[in-house]
Amino acid sequence: MKVLYKRPYALNDIQTHYCSGCGHGIIHRLVAEVIDELQIREKTIAIAPVGCAVLAYDYWNFDTTEAAHGRPLAVATAIKRVQPDKIVFTYQGDGDLAAIGTNETIHAACRGENLTVVFVNNGVYGMTGGQMAPTTVLSQKTTTTLSGRERSIHGYPLPLLEMLKVLEGVFYLERRSLFSPSEVKKSKQALLTAFQNQIENKGFSMVEILSPCPTYSKMKPVENLKWIEKEVIKTYPLGRVK
Amino acid sequence: MNTRLLFSGNDAFGEAAIISGCQFYAGYPITPQNELTQYMSRRMLEEGRIFIQSESELASINMVFGASLSGVRAMTSSSSPGISLMQEGISYLAGCELPAVVVNVMRGGPGLGNIDPSQADYFQSTRGGGHGDYRTPVLAPESVPEIFKLTPVAFELADKYRTPVILLGDGMLGQMMEPVDRDLLNIKNKVYPKPWALTGCLKRKPQSIKSLYLATGALEELNLRLQERYRRIEEQEVRFQSQISSKDSLLIVAYGTMARIAKGVIKALKSENINVGLFRPVTLWPFPSKELKNSASGIKNILVLEMSSPQMHEDVRLALPSGFKIDFLGRMGGIIPSEDEIIEKIKKMLKSLRRVK
Repeated sequence: MKVLYKRPYALNDIQTHYCSGCGHGIIHRLVAEVIDELQIREKTIAIAPVGCAVLAYDYWNFDTTEAAHGRPLAVATAIKRVQPDKIVFTYQGDGDLAAIGTNETIHAACRGENLTVVFVNNGVYGMTGGQMAPTTVLSQKTTTTLSGRERSIHGYPLPLLEMLKVLEGVFYLERRSLFSPSEVKKSKQALLTAFQNQIENKGFSMVEILSPCPTYSKMKPVENLKWIEKEVIKTYPLGRVK
Repeated sequence: MNTRLLFSGNDAFGEAAIISGCQFYAGYPITPQNELTQYMSRRMLEEGRIFIQSESELASINMVFGASLSGVRAMTSSSSPGISLMQEGISYLAGCELPAVVVNVMRGGPGLGNIDPSQADYFQSTRGGGHGDYRTPVLAPESVPEIFKLTPVAFELADKYRTPVILLGDGMLGQMMEPVDRDLLNIKNKVYPKPWALTGCLKRKPQSIKSLYLATGALEELNLRLQERYRRIEEQEVRFQSQISSKDSLLIVAYGTMARIAKGVIKALKSENINVGLFRPVTLWPFPSKELKNSASGIKNILVLEMSSPQMHEDVRLALPSGFKIDFLGRMGGIIPSEDEIIEKIKKMLKSLRRVK
């Protein structure tokens, strides 16, 4: 008998607290698979964000910390500078990375820190009850945009990767999603590249993953994925940005 | 040969940190502490250590967080408005039980205030400063040589108790140049093992450093552990200087630059045969309450001097039982009380005392 599929060693064997249909479980697993495949578990240090993924440190089987809201990339900068032989990555949501932590994100990228960033864009603040995120797309309903995000009141969604693209310090930017098995595979490949870049000292690498939040999209998990495939990618086109 | 070196207070904080084994410094420009960041930008690189000019004080303190959890000695510095921005990070350091040293070269406030010397951040420094139940040891040097004595103590307290420690100066101390005996630069650092540091899980189980405790009672357990540690700090780490004689008719309580000015006042009054003592808290938290009570017991007339509204005044009142006459003189907004106005105040106090008798 041949084992074709098993839990990655870098992922702990415990139940997560995530809602059904949430993308975090898949992305946690993809990160763990990549870490196993690159054999870097014993030298990896992860920084969890404030938000739904704050408990990531319970799920991963390697060293982890949790930064203040928005500050993972300042924390990561110092860890990597002090321990350049380690693999340091941040795992951040859209509120953490693209609202309260925009400053830290832009400057870590601009300095060209040799870090890997996993950017989970689900378009809402999940942990606090589904408020508008910087990445909420126009006309998307949230608990602070009850009639849908409207440009004149709430402003435009923030295209972070496209903003980072112009920075000299940035080496690799890619946006992927989870709406189909092949997209999940592509997400994993992008994560693999982003970690490989750090191993090879190539510089700042970020993978944005458009992820479902069925609870606050008020959609069934499959509907949520279809909506991302049909609607969200109009604002956030998939592919290599840099 | 005992040679002497000339240092400004700001440069002294930097050099003292370097000889205390500080491996990481992050800073953001703000007056009146800019020379410290500039000094570190040069000296840390000369020493092969890490210097980062950050994008904000928020980033500085969080970089210090990252360096500290990596197991190295780390410092940042700023002045009052910048220290306000760092309070979130200081609270996280306290919650994660991480050592760090934060230098505050105070200026006038509130708000943007001005860039003149002040002691208005006493409450912020001694009461925790950020959110949650925590305290930070606060050391207040009065001179440039004393910066060289207290900076190594700050790093040691930080490591020993796994806590952020504040070095509290003001714009005058930061900008002032003074000679320093070269001997003071020979610091032997005690090394504290840091098995809790995040260095990758090679040959050990994975570790986490965090301050989130959601399970009922788990956070209180952390709080109780911290409170127990704070009690130990209060018992073991009090520092002060007292300059008291049995002839003293009045006792000044002052710290930092204000204590320095008080020493001039005491000297001037001595020539007029007026004897005044000085009690100088060196640790502002833990405040030397018992020691003040003992020192003041034969005097009963107290004058608290501050470059702020009555802030340390509260700690003096808490330390002394009723029966003491506790007066206050302070100036705010970056104004430094002059020797003359303090002398006038003391003479007025002594005169009214004689009248009461």
